[in-house]
Amino acid sequence: MATLLAIGTAKGLFLATSTDGRRSWEVSGPHFPMTGVYAVAVDKRRATPRLLAGMTSSHFGPSVATSDDLGATWHEPDRAPVAFPADTGASLGRVWQLTPAGPGQPDLVWAGTEPSALFRSDDGGVSYELVRPLWDHPHRERWGAGFGGQAVHTVLPHPEDPERVTVAMSTGGVYHSTDAGASWSPGNTGIHAYFLPDEWPEFGQCVHKIARDAGEPRRLYAQNHHGVYRSDDDGRTWSSIADGLPSDFGFPIVTLPGRPGAVLTFPLAADSERFPAGRRCRVWRSLDAGDSWQALSTGLPEGPFYPAVLRDAMCADDGEPGGVYFGTRSGEVYASRDEGDSWSPVAAHLPDVLCVRAAEV
Amino acid sequence: MVTVLLPGPLRGEAGGASRLTVTAAGTLRAVLDELAGSWPRLARRIRDERGELRRYVNVYVDGEDCRHLGGLDAPVPDTAEVQVIPSVAGG
Repeated sequence: MATLLAIGTAKGLFLATSTDGRRSWEVSGPHFPMTGVYAVAVDKRRATPRLLAGMTSSHFGPSVATSDDLGATWHEPDRAPVAFPADTGASLGRVWQLTPAGPGQPDLVWAGTEPSALFRSDDGGVSYELVRPLWDHPHRERWGAGFGGQAVHTVLPHPEDPERVTVAMSTGGVYHSTDAGASWSPGNTGIHAYFLPDEWPEFGQCVHKIARDAGEPRRLYAQNHHGVYRSDDDGRTWSSIADGLPSDFGFPIVTLPGRPGAVLTFPLAADSERFPAGRRCRVWRSLDAGDSWQALSTGLPEGPFYPAVLRDAMCADDGEPGGVYFGTRSGEVYASRDEGDSWSPVAAHLPDVLCVRAAEV
Repeated sequence: MVTVLLPGPLRGEAGGASRLTVTAAGTLRAVLDELAGSWPRLARRIRDERGELRRYVNVYVDGEDCRHLGGLDAPVPDTAEVQVIPSVAGG
């Protein structure tokens, strides 16, 4: 059994492989050099895992490619795999997220994009169609854009109910569908939007990332633009779980597939001070669904540390015990094979790390 | 015949060719439409799904920037040379 860690960077995709229980890593790449790889996925619903990558060339635009041989070769269709229909007047900026659906829908893959939209693929992630009801939502004209652009950056399929899917966008917040995408409603009650005149709006929050609990599908976690939250009703209402963290600002939030109640973040000091909290390289973990937090730094750099970790640049694998990974804007990648208790470097001196995804393959 | 010159990064989308010939002429749009029929992945790297030229791709018609000649409506004589050049952009 090997573990594959896909590392999307500002200038291409790197693939790290470990065949010794995640102790050491061999890094190859870059694939798609000089493209920003904002989205990557490892789809294990098929006999041979499929890799999916969403890359954007600053000159030649965005695309999505797939690989059925763990990255040895890649396939990109002639027709643009993700494209807005002509009547929308929109053009794809980039693909921010590629998310395989649950095991009961083995060919369904979701794509979140900039501008904020959701696409679905029914051929395993090769070609995609716009999910019209979200695009046509009356709120859309009031969704805003953060510094990173306006994007649907997170898609959470429900693990058991194929009719339920949740997305998060910056700005706009969390939206749910309970009818496989035919209709959508906001789910932001309790999430603070301090940057708006109405600080508790129905929508408009800058939710940076959401994640689903491993054991309780109705339990979600959110890292907001200031604010860390938990929902116990499938993302309808949210309560703060920031007590015990050094800061409530940050971008990623990650759960461990094999550990219900486990959630990890990488706090930054503040919106106005986007250095790691305390200017130290520390991951913060809760094992009780956010009721208490513990700093994790064994094996991480001990001195002053300034790079941030972006919203998709932290992930967990499906190993046992769970592996956790993060990459920094300074091109360093760290791995833990014990749920975050200790860390070791995977790679350094890469371009800015935009996203990581890992799985046993 | 119109000759289309391709930059290195795009030649892989045209079978490795550095230059292509097309029979369409009249406007730059007609030239690029014909290219899209034969080399769709090449074409979508030059224009987005709306058919607009990508911001950081420059196209010259007989040495003149098409954006100064009417953009996609730029006249293209049937012996013209169309050159695709990535702009100086990126970090």
